[in-house]
Formats: sequence, C-alpha cells, structure tokens
Amino acid sequence: MKDNIAIKVDHIDKTFKLPHEKNTSIKSSVVNFYKHKKGYEKQQALKDVTFEINKGEFFGIVGKNGSGKSTLLKILAGIYRPDKGNLLVNGKLVPFIELGVGFSPELSGRDNVFLNGSLLGFSRNEMKAMYNDIVAFAELERFMDQKLKNYSSGMQVRLAFSIAIRTQSDILLLDEVLAVGDEAFQRKSEDFFNRIKKDKNKTVVLVSHSMESIKKYCTQAILIDNGKIIKRGNPEDVANAYSEQNFDAKDINVNKNKIKPKIRIVPLTKSIVTSKDVFSFKVDFKHPKTKLKVYLAYNIIDLKRGGIPYDSGLFVVRPDDDNVYNLPLTLFNNGDYRVNASIRVGTKDNVIAFTDENSGHVFLIRNKYVKKGLNNDYGLLQRLQ
Amino acid sequence: MLKRVFSKQNRVLLAELVRTDFKLRYQDSVLGYIWSLLRPLLIFVILYVVFVKFLKVGDGVPYYAQYLLFGIVVWNFFVEMTMQSLGSVVGRGDLIRKISIPRWIIVLSTSLAALINLGLNLIIILIFILIGHVPITGSVVLVPFYLLEIYIFALGVSFFLSAAFVKYRDISYIWEVFLQAGFYITPILYPLSKITNVLFQKIILLNPIAQALQDARYAMITKVTTIPQTVFKGGWHEYIPFMIVVLVFFGGSAYFKKQSKHFAEDI
Repeated sequence: MKDNIAIKVDHIDKTFKLPHEKNTSIKSSVVNFYKHKKGYEKQQALKDVTFEINKGEFFGIVGKNGSGKSTLLKILAGIYRPDKGNLLVNGKLVPFIELGVGFSPELSGRDNVFLNGSLLGFSRNEMKAMYNDIVAFAELERFMDQKLKNYSSGMQVRLAFSIAIRTQSDILLLDEVLAVGDEAFQRKSEDFFNRIKKDKNKTVVLVSHSMESIKKYCTQAILIDNGKIIKRGNPEDVANAYSEQNFDAKDINVNKNKIKPKIRIVPLTKSIVTSKDVFSFKVDFKHPKTKLKVYLAYNIIDLKRGGIPYDSGLFVVRPDDDNVYNLPLTLFNNGDYRVNASIRVGTKDNVIAFTDENSGHVFLIRNKYVKKGLNNDYGLLQRLQ
Repeated sequence: MLKRVFSKQNRVLLAELVRTDFKLRYQDSVLGYIWSLLRPLLIFVILYVVFVKFLKVGDGVPYYAQYLLFGIVVWNFFVEMTMQSLGSVVGRGDLIRKISIPRWIIVLSTSLAALINLGLNLIIILIFILIGHVPITGSVVLVPFYLLEIYIFALGVSFFLSAAFVKYRDISYIWEVFLQAGFYITPILYPLSKITNVLFQKIILLNPIAQALQDARYAMITKVTTIPQTVFKGGWHEYIPFMIVVLVFFGGSAYFKKQSKHFAEDI
C-alpha cells in the first residue's frame, strides 16, 4: 500500500440477514428448517464500494437514513466484517460510533477515562500521558473523582467527546457527534476541528447529516445511496447533491397534492436554482370577481437565517391577470427560501386567503463555487463574483 | 498466534475489564471486598451444620468437612463461570456493536473474575485445612494442575455457551437444567463410595469435573476417596476426561471464533 493512504476500501459488499420474526429460539429454527422456510430476508447494505482516503484528509460520508453509511463506518471501524472485498487501514484507528460507549455510571470520571482508553486500545501509561489534556479540554477537573452517574448529561457528553478527540490516534472515525455541549464548548470543538483539518498527519472520517459541518471541515466527501457511492469529490458538490436528494424525498411542497388550497404558489422554474437564475412562479387562486378591489401581496421568507428579505407590498389584481412573477436572484446567497402570498378584498386588512407552510413554495439557492473558500453563506446577500 | 492473542493492547484491556468488574461487584456495600470472603464462609457454616452434623453423609471419610467444602467451592466456580460467561457477550452488546475489541476478551475477563473468586474461596479452605489439622503431603502440588484442568474445561464450555446464546436464547434455560443435573451426578455432597455399582462409578468419573475433583481431594485432603486410577484400574479409559477437556476447549473456541464474526449483527 502506498504510504500516503490511510484507508483503502476495495470492492466491499455487505449483506444482512434480517430475521422475519423473533427467530432466536431453537424451536423456531427447527420449525423453519422443516418448513423449508428461510426465516430471514437478505438486505444488501453495501454494493461494491471502493474508495481511498489519503492521510491528512478530512473525509465526509453523507447519505439518507438507511443508505448504508453507518454500515460503511462500522466496516471501517472493524465492527462488521465485509462479505466480499478488502479493507486496509494504515495507522491507529479510533472509532466513535457513539459517544461514551462502555461508560459505567458507577465508576468515577477518572476510572471511566482509563476504561474507555483501554477499550480503544491505549495502555494505562499512554492514557496517563493524555489524561490531563482530556480532562482540561472537557473542563471537568473538579469532577473527576465523582461517580459518572452524578454528572449532568452535558458533562458526560463533554467527557466522552474529549476522549474521542484528544486521544492520540492517526485516524478518527466520527458518527454524527460534532455538536455537543454548550455554546462555548461547541466553539472550542469547532476550533479544534479547524486545526485538525490542517494537520497533515491526522485523518478524520465524519458521517453527518449536517451539510454545514461537511462543507466547513471536509476536504473530500462521498454521497451514498442504496449502498452505492453515487457522488464523490469536493464537499460542496456532494453536500449539494445530498440536499437535492432530500428535497425530492421530503416533498416539502405539497403543491403537488390533489387537494387544491384556495391559494397556492406554482413554480415555473426549477426549485433548486443558482444566483444566476431567475425564479419564476405563478400565484394560483380563484379571483373573487367582486366590484371591490382585490389586492395581492407576496413575500420571501429566509428559512435558514430567518427574516423576510423581500415583500412586494399590496397591489391590485384583475380577474384576467396571469399573476406570474419573476425574482432575479443575483444578490442572494445560498439558502432555503419560501414564497408566500396573500389575497385581500376591499380593505387592506381583509385577508381572505393566504399560503401557509404547506401551500407556500420552497426553493433552494445552491451556487457552485469554482474556487474554494468563496462559500460564505452566513449572510443573506453574497459578494458579487 | 499466542503472541497476537496476548499482545500488550489485549492484556491492558483484559486487566481493565477485570478490574472494573471487581470494582463494581461490591459497589455500595458497607463491607465491600470483605464480602467475597465472608459469603463463602457463611455458606460453609450452613453446609457444615446440615451435612456433617445433621445428616452425617460423610461418615467414614476423614476430614469430611474440608472434603465437602472443597467440592462445593469447585462446583460453584464452574457454575459461576459458565453462567456469567453465557450472558457476557449479549450483556456487552453495546461494546460489541460500537467498538472493535477482540470478542473473546469479554469471555476471558468474565472467566478471570470467577477465577479470582475461586482463589479467595481457596484461601478460606486453606484456613479450614489448617484449623482441622489435615496432614499435608507433597502431592498437594498436583492440585493447581487439576484446577487448571477444570478452568480450561469451563472456558471451552463458556466459549460455546456465550456464542450460542447470541443466536439461541433458550440456551440459558437448558444450561440451568444441565447444571442442576450435573450437581447431583457429580460427587460433591456425597462420597463416590456411596455408589456401589462400579459401572456407575466409571460413568460418573468420565465427567472431567468429577475426575479432577476426586483427584484433587485425593492429593490434598484425604486418601480415603475414590479416584479414577482405582476405578479404571489403570486402563486407557482413565484418560477420557482429559480428552473431553481438550475436545471441549478446542471445539468451543472454534465455534466461538466462527460465530464472533457476526456478533455485531446478531445481537
């Protein structure tokens, strides 16, 4: 194996046998044997997965629930054996599938640190060398002689997390454990991950649903669906592909429903757009056809950052208007936005129909950044490129 | 292979698991570790009163009290070790599903905890032997060998049971019945000489525990006891218990090794 490779996954297959009913007694296996029933169903969790992770990389694995990403992580950790294919790991690997595995509530914090260390393959002396650092990072110096059961849940998680990231391993596997502790602790962890990202000797594999973390920390990422890698490459693209996938899956826009609300937003362009696009939509409603004036108003809500970036104000609509509107998005940064509309009749206070969470329409702006580091979507408006 | 099995990393983990187990055992009890000596002592007193004073089962066997206590200790060790090991893999399911530690370490640490208990019990026995003025001969050096034989046998059984229990939860009930039967067909409470049929004596002594127990009693406590050598009259049958031990150990380990690959999925 080349020296600069930390993990090499070579054509790995994994199939699970899922028992139909509780099949853990001798009787049921005898019965099934005579009935020629299998008593289980096969489910292929990973299909021919191949990739390499270089040393020093911060590698992200994303995918929907049940896509096989946790199975993959467990194979990397050596917990599951692949049915087919090879796995090569170069260096000391420490897995954190879950925080605080093996913690014993009856033992003191100190004993738990050492117990956890030995479970991860560190000797007592090695742990002694790391002990102060771990405790200091967790900020639990005063509590180490207390029993773990007397810790608050936040303290327990902080201790577990500190063990996870302060042990001296070459490769760290993390499953969805980035945001723990209070705000100050999270900021500290964030700093730590930013430093680790630059560390050329430490490799991190991160499984996460938070595309923010993936974009922020990862240098490489893969998207898994149905046991296969469907996208690999820079974390931006992978995270965007994942968002798109979920956008279809979640079906946030109930517009497609058969039940027709009084008013709804019908998109005329794609729902995932870039800042260069113009988002067009039609406000579909039944015009009351009265002699009174009918007012329409629509606005955009920023779902991620909050607030209303745009409001059209009231304007009069006539029965034969097509009510199609265009939103140029030039200045808008990445984000999730919802278009809402309302109808008033006669006076400006008399609202007769409005869209809600379901009948409004959500669209996403997902820009592809050519240069890394340009993606700074904290703000609503972006720097023009 | 042994070098890999007992690598530094595995030794550390084993020590830590045993230490934790022991620490947790007498949590929140006032007397703490003293209980591990006090408990067998109190049980011995009960047994002594019932079997030596009331029932007089061991009439004719010198030092019957020590003889009886030793039998109970050895049998209890076997019961404790196999019963605890049986549930150990399933009980540590959280570790197995989330960390890749060698699976056999879990069984081994459970067995060592039982072994430590056996050691403590033997201290009590030793005290009784000294109090009772049992004449100690040179053959006492054989006792550790017989105890090792029982340990290896129990370890083979433990490996098999703990792995089988992952798939078949019936095992725990079956094994309980097995142990109950074993308790009565092993000469623990009664001297083997009470069974007058030689064929039955032979069958009973094929059981490695019965054989090792009788041999160890012969070596340590009294010569007035039935041992395989006299029953089998030097035939090759005498070695069947040892063969069973070897067979059970390797069979149990092999089964465990094969099954352990899928523990994380099956639990």
